[in-house]
Amino acid sequence: MKTTYREALREAIRDAMNRDDRVFLMGEDVGSYGGCYAVSLGLLEEFGPERIRDTPLSESAFVGAGIGAALNGMRPIVEVMTVNFSLLALDQILNNAATLLHMSGGQFPVPVVIRMTTGAGRQLAAQHSHSLEGWYAHIPGLRVLAPATLEDARGMLWPALCDPDPVLIFEHNALYNLSGELADDAGPVDLTRAAVRRPGTDVTLITYGGSLAKTLTAADELAADGIDAEVIDLRTLRPLDADTFLESVRRTHRAVVVDEGWRSGSLSAEIAARIAEEALYELDAPVRRVCSAEVPIPYAKHLEEAALPQPASIAAAAREVVRGG
Amino acid sequence: MKEHLDLLREMVRIRRFEERCAELYSSAQIRGFLHLYVGEEAVAAGVVSELDPQDAVVSTYRDHGHALARGVPMDAVMAEMFGKVTGCSRGRGGSMHLFDASHRFFGGNAIVGGGLPVAAGLALAHVMRGEPRVVACFFGEGAAAEGEFHEVLNLAALWRLPVLFCCENNMYAMGTAFAKEHAAGDLALRASSYGLAAWSVDGMDVLAVKESARRATESIRAGGGPCLLELRTYRFRAHSMYDPERYREKAEVTQWRHLDPIDRLVEVMRPEFTDDELGAIEAEVSVEIDHAVATAETADLEPVTDLTRFVTSEVSP
Ligand SMILES: Cc1ncc(C[n+]2csc(CCOP(=O)(O)OP(=O)(O)O)c2C)c(N)n1
Ligand SMILES: [Mg+2]
Repeated sequence: MKTTYREALREAIRDAMNRDDRVFLMGEDVGSYGGCYAVSLGLLEEFGPERIRDTPLSESAFVGAGIGAALNGMRPIVEVMTVNFSLLALDQILNNAATLLHMSGGQFPVPVVIRMTTGAGRQLAAQHSHSLEGWYAHIPGLRVLAPATLEDARGMLWPALCDPDPVLIFEHNALYNLSGELADDAGPVDLTRAAVRRPGTDVTLITYGGSLAKTLTAADELAADGIDAEVIDLRTLRPLDADTFLESVRRTHRAVVVDEGWRSGSLSAEIAARIAEEALYELDAPVRRVCSAEVPIPYAKHLEEAALPQPASIAAAAREVVRGG
Repeated sequence: MKEHLDLLREMVRIRRFEERCAELYSSAQIRGFLHLYVGEEAVAAGVVSELDPQDAVVSTYRDHGHALARGVPMDAVMAEMFGKVTGCSRGRGGSMHLFDASHRFFGGNAIVGGGLPVAAGLALAHVMRGEPRVVACFFGEGAAAEGEFHEVLNLAALWRLPVLFCCENNMYAMGTAFAKEHAAGDLALRASSYGLAAWSVDGMDVLAVKESARRATESIRAGGGPCLLELRTYRFRAHSMYDPERYREKAEVTQWRHLDPIDRLVEVMRPEFTDDELGAIEAEVSVEIDHAVATAETADLEPVTDLTRFVTSEVSP
């Protein structure tokens, strides 16, 4: 069946609502507006306002309410418009959702799912464009997902809802219109493993989310150059499936990490550190990282493009580790 | 009459500027999010006309009207929309993030409610430095549901901070109607429960807005503490250029269009005010807009090598 990333997400919500009547969706403009990225369009008509709940503009209150409802037997899906706005609810996510189970000595698991948009590329400037999923991946107690394909858009929500602990799902804004074929019987996917999206032998390109497509484009460019790149999609940013990328690096002996987050103190730093800790002697070249420039993402198109990882910069980094610059 | 003319000119400038922006958006010369203020011009024109140059203004992502009324040059605002280095934020902010230090315009802010705490801090500095200034802080009725609103109103009232809170109640927060956002309908009453003077104003009547802003700023300058105005208004156009407006009836929009603040002021100014005079204002404004577009089109982009400038200050500690 032909579908889009947006429709696959919607189908996943619909499926979860039908499977389990404890599931409900809440967030700003998810109902009568149809969702700020139209993910929930039509669901209000289908499930009614009890289960597709428009909330006031109050991120801390409704994310916290999602946590409370999860503590008390429901299975909420909370939508936050973008990761930048999730900072208004960061206290609830970190100090409550991620912490209660441990702090209560194992008594209070928090089975909430929080979805949000992330990433740049649409000239929305610095307060709408950041990639802060790496910050969330820093937090023990959370599972952090980054669906980059139609299968994952369709398949990650149900296992996330089945997880007894809080799960954050990051949807890169550039992906919503991604279209392609999805199997008619597509359903839940494994959340524990990274995926090899393109096998190769010369260099391992490790990425996720909105950067996957750019990395695959770079791999095609490299192939034309005679460099056979393997592309790994992390899929789950916490807990990291290090085995998959370490196994790959042990074969290719070279690694480039591609991450739209900033470089310093980041997820890309974590991956590079894991490689250094576990596979240093397997490397034929230092690990390289292609990240966003360390600036608030600007509005002007040429500046925004210059600030973000691009196929050309990814390919250049890969050539450098393969051929030494 | 001079006062009326100034208010009319300001509203026409804002209206026509934004109409041109909508066209430029359709032709892809402006990108990103574009939130138009069409219908709400009386609020910016009326309130800002009561501010002194040394007062400060804090705005939202729907900031063109506030910036233009404040005197941020139209050329610089248009260039910003084009992402050019001559823009008032060097092209880095775009429509939602207009800034101009020389006009004490502390920015369009795209985080709903994000400007309120900053306004309190600006006012705190005015107090601590003994300056009799007012900070005008604009935000929507949707923002009144955010924690910031409640925290800041309490703080400002507690410390008697000289802030004029301007709540632009246009009845919708994106697609969420007022009644779906707020359990209690009276925003002025809610604000006054924090211990500050607050009242509602017909935000489609620029003279009423101006009169209320005058009373409020006088009281604030006299040391009476913060005030809140609930300005009842309406946006004639979509929330942003992406909004298909599924959440409201066309008839409702039409009804509000009958209250167009520009038409209403012209009505008041008749019969002395003639069509020729109105035509002259339109012509003057159209020249200004053409100039802004022409200069924005030919202006330079910021060199990519400057991308990392101003992440931190260029003066060493
Ligand atoms: C913290 C935060 N949450 C959500 C948004 C998305 N958003 C942008 S404008 C808006 C509606 C705000 O409504 P209101 O305060 O009434 O102002 P208006 O747009 O009507 O002028 C929303 C939900 C945001 N920018 N910031
Ligand atoms: Mg509003």
